[in-house]
Amino acid sequence: MIAARPDHPAPEPDDAARAALARTWARAPGLYGWITTTSHKDIGLRFVVTAFVFLALGGILALAMRLQLATPQGRALGPDAYNQFFTTHGTTMMFLFAVPVMEGMGLYLVPLMVGTRNDCFPLLMNFGYYCYLFAGLMLYVALVLNTGPDMGWFSYVPLSGPDYSPGKRVDVWSQMVTLVEISTLVGAVEIIATAFKLRAPGMSLNRIPLFVWTMVVTSFMIVFAMPAVMLSSTMLAADRLTGISTHFYNQAEGGDALLWQHLFWFFAHPEVYIIFLPATGFLATIIPTFTRRTIFGYPALVLSLVATAFIGFGVWVHHMFATPLPRVGQGVFTGASLMIVIPNGIQIFCWVATLWGGRIRVRTPMLFVLGFFAAFLIGGLSGVLLASVSIDVQVHDTFFVVAHLHYVLIGGAVFPLLAAVYYWYPKWTGRMLGERTGWVVFWLVFIGFNLTFFPMHHLGIWGMPRRVYTYLPEQGWHGLNLVATVGSWVLAMGLLLLVVNAWWSRRYGEVAGPDPWGAGTLEWATESPPPPYNFASLPTVRGREPVWEDDGTTPVVTGLATDTREVLVTTLHDAAPDHRYHMAGDSVWPFLAALATAGIFVGLIFHPAAFPIGSVATGLAIIGWFWPSKEPEPIHHEHERPAVPDGGGE
Amino acid sequence: MNSRAATLAAAMALLAAAGCAGPERHSVVDPAGVQADRIHGLWWLYLAVCVAVYVLVMAAVAVALVRRRGGSDQPLTAPPLAAEVRRGIAVAGCVGLTVVTLFVLLIADFVTGRRIDSLAREGTLTVRVTGHQWWWEVRYEESDPQQQHNAFTTANEIHIPTGRAVRFELESTDVIHSFWVPNLHGKTDMIPGHRTKTDIRADRDGEFWGQCAEFCGHQHANMRLRVIAQPEAEFQKWLAEQRQPARESAPKSSQDRGKGVFMKSSCVLCHTITGTQAGGRVGPDLTHLASRPRIAAGTLENTRGNLAEWVTDPHGIKPGVRMPANPLAPEDLHVLLDYLESLK
Amino acid sequence: MVRRALAVFTACSLLVACEREERQFRSAPPFGGPVRFEEDYQNNAHALSEGKRLYSAFNCKGCHADGGGGIGPPLMDEKWFYGSEPEQVFDTISKGRENGMPAFGGEARAPGINVVGTVPEHQRWQLVAYVRSLSGLASRNAAPGRNDHMQTKPPENEKEPETPVVAPPPPDVVLPK
Repeated sequence: MIAARPDHPAPEPDDAARAALARTWARAPGLYGWITTTSHKDIGLRFVVTAFVFLALGGILALAMRLQLATPQGRALGPDAYNQFFTTHGTTMMFLFAVPVMEGMGLYLVPLMVGTRNDCFPLLMNFGYYCYLFAGLMLYVALVLNTGPDMGWFSYVPLSGPDYSPGKRVDVWSQMVTLVEISTLVGAVEIIATAFKLRAPGMSLNRIPLFVWTMVVTSFMIVFAMPAVMLSSTMLAADRLTGISTHFYNQAEGGDALLWQHLFWFFAHPEVYIIFLPATGFLATIIPTFTRRTIFGYPALVLSLVATAFIGFGVWVHHMFATPLPRVGQGVFTGASLMIVIPNGIQIFCWVATLWGGRIRVRTPMLFVLGFFAAFLIGGLSGVLLASVSIDVQVHDTFFVVAHLHYVLIGGAVFPLLAAVYYWYPKWTGRMLGERTGWVVFWLVFIGFNLTFFPMHHLGIWGMPRRVYTYLPEQGWHGLNLVATVGSWVLAMGLLLLVVNAWWSRRYGEVAGPDPWGAGTLEWATESPPPPYNFASLPTVRGREPVWEDDGTTPVVTGLATDTREVLVTTLHDAAPDHRYHMAGDSVWPFLAALATAGIFVGLIFHPAAFPIGSVATGLAIIGWFWPSKEPEPIHHEHERPAVPDGGGE
Repeated sequence: MNSRAATLAAAMALLAAAGCAGPERHSVVDPAGVQADRIHGLWWLYLAVCVAVYVLVMAAVAVALVRRRGGSDQPLTAPPLAAEVRRGIAVAGCVGLTVVTLFVLLIADFVTGRRIDSLAREGTLTVRVTGHQWWWEVRYEESDPQQQHNAFTTANEIHIPTGRAVRFELESTDVIHSFWVPNLHGKTDMIPGHRTKTDIRADRDGEFWGQCAEFCGHQHANMRLRVIAQPEAEFQKWLAEQRQPARESAPKSSQDRGKGVFMKSSCVLCHTITGTQAGGRVGPDLTHLASRPRIAAGTLENTRGNLAEWVTDPHGIKPGVRMPANPLAPEDLHVLLDYLESLK
Repeated sequence: MVRRALAVFTACSLLVACEREERQFRSAPPFGGPVRFEEDYQNNAHALSEGKRLYSAFNCKGCHADGGGGIGPPLMDEKWFYGSEPEQVFDTISKGRENGMPAFGGEARAPGINVVGTVPEHQRWQLVAYVRSLSGLASRNAAPGRNDHMQTKPPENEKEPETPVVAPPPPDVVLPK
C-alpha cells in the first residue's frame, strides 16, 4: 500500500482521483450540510470564530466595567449589573473563549500536521461543537433576561449557595459549566486519539510537531481537570435544586465551604495551563519559521510540557493562602508554585536560544511573539511574587492579581493566539492578512494592553481589592483607573481592526500559495485552503520538519479508497502503518443529541425531572447516531505488508 | 526596537514610582506594623530579583533581534553541532541559575512566614471581629472572667494600642469575608463555620484603612473599616468611654424626643443602644455612634446631612444594603438626628 | 421556523425571568403607590430571600419556629385564623392580633397588643410573601432553597401548596366585640 522504495515514488494522483476524493470528503450542500458537517476544518474554524465572538462579548462587558471604574463612585453600572458583568466576563473568557479557541486550533491543525484526512471521531466532534454553542447561548440569553450569574466566575459558597444567591442565576452558571466542559472533553478525546493513531507513517514520537505535543499534553490535562469542576458545579446545583437539596457545602449539616474552593481550584489552576500550553505550541511552530531553523531543544521542550502538566495539578492551594489551612501545607504549595517556573523557564530559554541560533525575520506573527516575551515575562514574574505565602496574603484578591492574570492570559495566550491567526489565516482562507495593518494592530493591542493592565499592579499594592464596583475619591485610585480605562479603549480598537482586516482580507487580501511563510510542518504541504481531503496522497515523514526536509523523493501512501472515507491508522511509537479505518459520514444525529443534552442542562436549572426526561431524549438521539450505516464497507484487495520506508526512530 | 526599550524604561519608572507615590492610608508598601514591615522586606527582595530576571531575558531577546537578522532564507534543519552545544550549555546554565534563585526565594519566604506567625499577643485584649454583609461587628472581649463587664461592641472601627500586639478573632455569620488592613498585615479570610485568628501590632500611631477582600455580594465594594492605633493612655481612655452605656438625654429635650422616634420606628428592631431598651442584633451597635468619624462601613463622613441621607434612603448610597429606607416625617427626622448626634 | 420558536420562547421567558430575578432594594416609589404583590414579592426570589432573612432577624422564630409553631400557631399548614390573602397577612403582621401577635407596623389594632416597632412597608410585604411560601403559596422557582444552617424542615421550594382554609382561632382566643 505504501510505495515500497524511495527511488520509485508513486505517481501523483490524477485529476479523477482528486475529484473522487473531493466528492467523498465534501459535505452536503446548503444548511443541512452546514449543520451535519464532520470536516475538522469546518468545525475547527467554527470553534475559533465562535470563540472570537465570545471574546468580543466578554470584551464589551469588560469595557463597560472599565467605564464604571474610570471615576470614583461612577454611575455607569449599579452593583447588581456590575456583579453580573464581571461574573459573565470571567466565565466567558475562561470557559467560552480561551479553552474553545485552543481546542478549535487543535482540531483544525492536528490532522493536517500529522498528515491525515480528519480527526478521529468526526461525529463526536460535531456533537462537541454544538454543546459548546448551546452552552454559550445559555449564558448570554440568561444575562439578557437579568438571570446572569452574579457571584463571581469562581462562585464561592456560601455566597453562591441557596441562602445568599436567590433565584436561578447560580443555577444557570453551574449547568452551563457542566455542558461546556462536555464539549471540552470531547475535543480532548479527539486530539489524543488523532495524534496517537492517525499519524503519517514515519512520524515517530520524536518527530511529532511541538504544537501537536502541546495539544496532546493539554488534552490529558483536560481529561483530569474538567471532571473536577463538573463535579463541584453539579454538587452546587444539587445543593440548590428543589427536591435534591443536598448539603455538600453546608457547614451546619456536615459539609464545608472550603470544599468548594479545593474542588474548584483543583480544576481552575490546571485550566490556566490548559489555556497556556497550546499557546506555547504556537510559539514553538512560529519561531522556527521566522528564524529559519529547527527549534532548539526539542526533547527539553517536550519534557517541559509534561512537567508543567504534572506540577500544574499540584499548585491549586496557592489560590487559598488567605484561608485557615495549615501553614506548613501552604508552604508546600509555595514550593510547587515556584517549581513550575523551572519548566516554563526551560521553554523560554530554548526559544531564546532558537532566536540566537537563527536568522530572524520580523513579520507580524513574529511581532506578536516578541510581544509575548515582553508581556508574559511580567505575568510570570508577578506570579513568582504571588507564589510566596507572605506576599500573597497582602496582594491576594486585589488588582495586583487582576494584573497578573491578564498578563499571563493575554500576554501568554492571546498574543501567541494573534500570532497564530496571522500565521495560519493564509492556510484557512488562501489569502494573506495585511502586513502593514498587522503592525498597526500589534502596536494598538500591545500599547492598549499595557496601559490597561500595568497600572493595576500599583492599584493592588495601594489596597484596591478585586470585584468592587466602585471606590471613594479619597482612596487615591482614580488616576490609574482612568488610565486603565483609556487603555482598554486602545486595546479594543486594536482587536476591532484585526476583525475588520480579517473580514476584508477574505475577499481582497493578497493571494497566498500553499506555503507563503516557507514553513516546515505538514499543513503547508497542501493547498491554501486545503481541499476537503487535506492531502491527495497521505504523506510519510522522515524528520521533524517534513516540508523542509523533503527533497522530492519522500514516499507517499497510496491505495486508500477514494470512494469512501478511509484513513490510515498507524502505531503509537513509530507510526508504522497498522490498518485502514473507515470513518463515519456526515449525520444530523450529533446535532440532535447536542440539542437533547443542552435540554437536560437547561431543564436542570428548574427541576430534577429534566435529568431522566432529557436522558431518554439523548438516548434516542444516540441510538440514531449509532444506527448501523447503510454504506457498504470498502473492498480491500489482499496485499503483502511492505517494509516501512525509513520509519522508526532515529 | 527603540520603542521597546522606551516601553521598558517607562515600565521601570512606573515600578519605581510604586514605592514613593500612592495613598499611604492603605498601601502594602507603607507598613505601619511589624508584620507588614516583614512582608514589605520580602516584597522588595522578590521584586528586585524579578526585575533583574526580566531585564536579563529581555536583553537577550533584544540583542538577538539586533544581531541575528539577514542571512539566507534556506531553513537550517541540522544546525552546526558546536554552536548548538554552546547554546545548550548556556541554557543549562540559565536553568541552574533559575533553580538556585528559586531556592533563595523559597527560603526567604519560609523565614518571613515563620517570623510573621511568631508574633504573640500581649495582654488579655481580644478583639472579635465578625463579618456581616456588609459591615464589621467589633467586640472587645476580656479573657479574664473578672473583667467581663468591660466587654463592649462597636462597629466598623477598631482602636488598638500602638506597640502592643492584639489578638483578632475572626468569624462570619453569613458568607466569606476577608479582614485586611494593608498597612498592618496581610489578609485573613473569615469563613462561616471556621474560627480564624490573626495577631497584629501597629508600630506607629495613625489611622489605617481596611477593606473586605473577599467578594461578598452587592456592597462588597463599600465594606470598609478603620483601624486607629493610639498611644496606650489614649487607648485606655477610649476603652473607658466605649464601656459606658449611652448618654442619658434630658427629659423633654429634642434628644429625648428623638429617642422616642428611635424606639417607635424600625431602628429599634435592628440596632442596640446599651442603656436603653433597644437590643437589636441585626445591625451595628449605635451606643457611641457619634464618636465614630465615619458611618456606613467607612463610606460616609459622620455629618448630620450624611446621617439624614443614610437613615432615610440608604439605597441611594449603597444599593442592596440590608438597612431599609425609612421615610420619616421631617420633625421626627430632626429630633432623631439630634439624638443620634448625642451618642458620643 | 426555528427562529420564530426561539422568539416565542424568549418572549415567554422574558416575562417570567424578569419578575423572578429583579433585585428591588427599596419599594418604588418609596412613599406609596399600589403594591404589585405577585410580580414584586410572590414570584420574586430576592423578596422571598429577604423575607426569610427578616423572619429570623425580627425573631418570628421565637413564636412560630421555622413554620411549625410553638407559642404561636404553625404557619406551614393549611389553617389560617385570619385569612391567607396577602392583604390579610399584611394586616396581621402590621397591626398584631390578640393573644400575643405583636404589631410590627407601628400601630396596634387594639390596646393590649404590643407594638414592637415599625418595620418598613416594603419589608412587611417581603415577610408576607415568605410566610405564604411556608405553606407553599409562592412560586416554586422563586422560593428559597435549603438553609445554610441546620435543617428543621424541607426547604420552602419543595413545599407542596396547601389549600388555605380559614379556620376559627382556638377557643381560648378572645376576639374583640
